[in-house]
Amino acid sequence: MNVAVILFPGTNCDIDTKYAFEKLGHDVQIIWHKEEKVPSNIDLVVIAGGFSYGDYLRSGAIARFSPIVEGIKAYADKGGKVLGICNGFQILTEAGLLPGALKRNIGLHFISKYHHLKVNNTDNVFLQKLQVGDILNIPIAHADGNYYADETTIKKLHENGQVILQYCDKEGNIDNPNGSLDSIAGISNEAKNVFGLMPHPERAIEAILGSTDGIKMLEGIAS
Amino acid sequence: MKAIVNISLKNGVLDSQGKAVHHALDALKFKDVNDVRVGKQIVLDLNASSKEAAQKEVEEMCEALLANTVIEDYDVEILA
Repeated sequence: MNVAVILFPGTNCDIDTKYAFEKLGHDVQIIWHKEEKVPSNIDLVVIAGGFSYGDYLRSGAIARFSPIVEGIKAYADKGGKVLGICNGFQILTEAGLLPGALKRNIGLHFISKYHHLKVNNTDNVFLQKLQVGDILNIPIAHADGNYYADETTIKKLHENGQVILQYCDKEGNIDNPNGSLDSIAGISNEAKNVFGLMPHPERAIEAILGSTDGIKMLEGIAS
Repeated sequence: MKAIVNISLKNGVLDSQGKAVHHALDALKFKDVNDVRVGKQIVLDLNASSKEAAQKEVEEMCEALLANTVIEDYDVEILA
């Protein structure tokens, strides 16, 4: 599979993300945000984590006006697969490719630690190697990960099976680190070809780093 | 012409910073506070032809970039 990792000024997970997909056997190219189009051979676009434009104004608020975002919108409109990790998720909500917004964590702190996640839905093109109810241990690292959307939107997300991941403890009970509504850690768009999540699966692919639970997630995403 | 934009979280959207500040004020014995909301202010210097034109332009800026209307409200004040 050909994977494009998008690089904005301030992105800092581009190399890790490239490394992870290469380790899984994919060809990865890094695409600078000034590009206007997603190359035609790309099977998956990944907006990697970091602090695009220093999180100025709001996380992801400035990045969404970069030329490549219009290219990503056009790519997603044609059914192309788009994954946003952490700041990538924030950019996707700011760009309107995903509903809702990521607010400051309820405890106001930057949280960087392993956290368990529950797979809530696999009826999408992303979690193809996981089952509903699977529990994964994957790091989170964010200050603005507190998912918010109005009541109608949240209801719609649940009804359409767009709530893909929720924060939980190791037994699978809801355990909410950042105040996200309904403990939401990852959602898709209505068409289910755009997926945003705050946790970092690319950081959980080697046992020496504490977890390999990201592998199955990334394998499914790139399948 | 100057424009002052005040941006704050919508009513009903939990303002954790406001809550923390309220809590700190309470700890400092300022007991008279009912609620605290923390927002941000953006000050713009404009070359607009009229107050009305400036108001309209800044509102467009708020919708496009300055505020995230999913969670935030904005208020624009134009100073001559």
